[in-house]
Amino acid sequence: MTVLRNVSTPPPTHLLHAVLDATAEAVLLCDEHGAVLLANAAARRLLPDLQAMNEITDETDVFELELHGRPLRGRRQPVDETHSVWTVHDCTDEMARAAAVAQEKERTAFLAEASRRLSASLHRGRCVRTTVELAAAHLADAAVVVLPPARRRTEWVRAVTGSRFETGTMRERDVDSVPGLSEALAGFPPVPSRWLDQTQMPASLLPDGFGEIGAILVTPLPGNGVPAGALILARRAPGTFSEEEELQARIFAARAGGAISAAVLYQEQVETTAILQADLLPPELPRIEGLELAGAYRPAQDAARIGGDFYDAYPRTPSAAPGGDDAETMIVLGDVVGKGPKAAVMAGKVRQTLRALRLLESRPEPLLRVLNQALIDPRDRSRFVTLVLASLVRSGDGWRVTCATGGHPPPLILRAAGRVEPIAAKGTLIGVTGPITIETAVVELAPGDLLLFYSDGLFEARGGVGGREAYGEDRLADTLATCRNMPATAVVERLEQLVSDWINGAGHDDIAMLAVRVPPRHHHPVNLRRTR
Amino acid sequence: MTSTITVDAQYLELVGNGDEWGATDLVLTLWENGADPEQLLLGLIAPAQARVGELWAANEWSVAREHAATATSERAIAALVARAAPRPTLGRITVACTDGEWHALPPRLVGEVLRLRGWRVDFLGANVPGPHLVTHLHQTGPDVVALSCALPTRLPRAHATLTACQAVGVPVLTGGRGFGADGRHARLLGADGWAATATEAADILDAGWNPTPRAPHDDLAHLADEEYTQLARQRHQIIIGLLDRLRAGYPPMRDYDQRQADATAEDVTHIVDFLAAALYVNDAAVFTEFLTWTAGVLAARNVPPAALTVCLDLLAADLRDFPRAGDLLKLGLAELAAGNPAGHDTMRPQ
Repeated sequence: MTVLRNVSTPPPTHLLHAVLDATAEAVLLCDEHGAVLLANAAARRLLPDLQAMNEITDETDVFELELHGRPLRGRRQPVDETHSVWTVHDCTDEMARAAAVAQEKERTAFLAEASRRLSASLHRGRCVRTTVELAAAHLADAAVVVLPPARRRTEWVRAVTGSRFETGTMRERDVDSVPGLSEALAGFPPVPSRWLDQTQMPASLLPDGFGEIGAILVTPLPGNGVPAGALILARRAPGTFSEEEELQARIFAARAGGAISAAVLYQEQVETTAILQADLLPPELPRIEGLELAGAYRPAQDAARIGGDFYDAYPRTPSAAPGGDDAETMIVLGDVVGKGPKAAVMAGKVRQTLRALRLLESRPEPLLRVLNQALIDPRDRSRFVTLVLASLVRSGDGWRVTCATGGHPPPLILRAAGRVEPIAAKGTLIGVTGPITIETAVVELAPGDLLLFYSDGLFEARGGVGGREAYGEDRLADTLATCRNMPATAVVERLEQLVSDWINGAGHDDIAMLAVRVPPRHHHPVNLRRTR
Repeated sequence: MTSTITVDAQYLELVGNGDEWGATDLVLTLWENGADPEQLLLGLIAPAQARVGELWAANEWSVAREHAATATSERAIAALVARAAPRPTLGRITVACTDGEWHALPPRLVGEVLRLRGWRVDFLGANVPGPHLVTHLHQTGPDVVALSCALPTRLPRAHATLTACQAVGVPVLTGGRGFGADGRHARLLGADGWAATATEAADILDAGWNPTPRAPHDDLAHLADEEYTQLARQRHQIIIGLLDRLRAGYPPMRDYDQRQADATAEDVTHIVDFLAAALYVNDAAVFTEFLTWTAGVLAARNVPPAALTVCLDLLAADLRDFPRAGDLLKLGLAELAAGNPAGHDTMRPQ
């Protein structure tokens, strides 16, 4: 350890010179004319031409300049009346460090932006497109993502800096012609850029007029066990990608691969879900001669499209057994207790059961009793359903409706003249107890009359001025009365709109509506165009 | 073929009678005789529907007739496009109305024009909840979302929706009168683009529109005063209080039946909602244009403009502590006093 001591006599001159020579900064002692009286070793190295100092330092006390390729920074301090000392610092290392920091910052910013944009979408196509756009903007002059081959072809998506992305396909066997590509698609570690011969790259993978390729880099996009694809970067400038650039490309590819494979997984789930829920969505209503049908469905959970309310319409079907009765036109609308997918699955069961039972029995009351027996689950008495069942038979130029309800609000009739009447059908919940009571009602629909089936979510919707008032059955009847002469679709749309405005964005229960209208007489009875 | 004027009048009459087959027949016959389908949508059906709106506003047509006409036009549009649209060869576009927005016909026409030009279009219809739209974007990965907003009162919800679309990386092209006649609200809310007409929207997309994705941003610095937030939060109380004092100050209101009471509550609700929207986008015209338009509609129904003035006075007393709202109400009162005729058709509450 060095110990500092107080010394009364200065050290000898040769030691002072040695001290000066040991410092990394250049030190120069100048007189009042700027003539250099003393220069240390660093000064002789950095400023071999000492007279040049005179010109540089003539009028100033500080300078920054580049001399013989070195960035220098100097400062003058007076030591007495006539002498001054210049210290000159070689900034080469500092500048290099600052440049490295700036580059690192830029890389971090790029990766942050990449993460933000890549994590945004769950759609594979969009993730791939974002990958090539980001890569072409930051990593190379052109970027191509090649997706794993399927059915002997492989899709690619590419982008060139400053222009729009493009898509295409190539034959699976052409994959081998791209240097390093088959290795990347097989998930092997990337081949360093310097080993890839860019002249082997097929011209078809880059757009016409891209020009000579200077260097390529092929990186796998890691996925869920199998690669999600491979990223090809190409640039025009000759010389290979540096190690840092290769590293950055690998980090970027890891993020892109993660995003793409998450999207692939999501799409697979979506496809499965779509198949499973196809039967749970409100059905496309059939065309029934002599009736207009319109339905509307708004589940409580906005992102899902399914819920516990359901409706269906079955057109008249000829008997399967010879000499048996035809199954009459039938409408059902109901509400399973609960919300979301669980309720929807139960609703689907009810619809499927009815679809089969109606072929054996067209009268609503016995049909409801059988349905009740079929749905009772002794292990789970909390699952029940309310519904309205109506059988429709042609009667003159209108229809006769036989209607039975199981604990469901009765349908409303809007007469052509504008009067609103409820159907006087009553009944108990379905699926809870064996014995149920049902009072069937029969009504006649004339041309222009409309029958509205709905779930309680419609009149129980809370909103209005105070935000808590229920829409109410009276208001519903009043509103329906204003829908005189409207086609069924317009009635359903108007009710949906008014109730939605009433709720004004607040939460609600599932809402289902089905309107059946006998078209008024004035319409064109024959239309030749339709036979075209 | 008959002259254009007759065809226009004929089509309006057919939809006015809710004559679906007649209207469809007319449109298809014109198409078969060589009319350009895009021109039929935008030159025949769209103007007829605009006229339907005017007839309703002038109290010449009932709301039922207006709805029936719209439903009829929708059938005619569907029939025409089903026959005239080519197989889609261009990209995929999602067209939707903002949550709470029911004016589906204008965006529907945009969607159909795009179909005619070869785009693959998913039309999600009116009143699309934000989460539903975002799920759709993840599942289908469209190139662009075309978002429509006809009423400025839906702008806060439109803002949330378009931010959500951009957050999943899909650019949003906006349209509809709610965004302002010059699209200024669309720019303020950070939409990637805005089109004044269906043709303009289609031209923008045909030209290979590919805006750079926007980083999260916030241009709504004026919301820091919380006037919008407070008003939106206390909306129910303010409306209830306003109705109570209206009843106290205007005795005939006490004998209103349910329907009249609902209608009055609806009018008051609109006033508060348009005021809130004007605060949200910091644009007085949103509020004053609505007032002028409402005064016109009320006049057509023989309601004196005094009813509006009383309401604004009461509201101004309520919102004493809200300087921005106070200024808007003053401007509104001045506008009503000046008695500007109802020239604007920008607001269309139903």
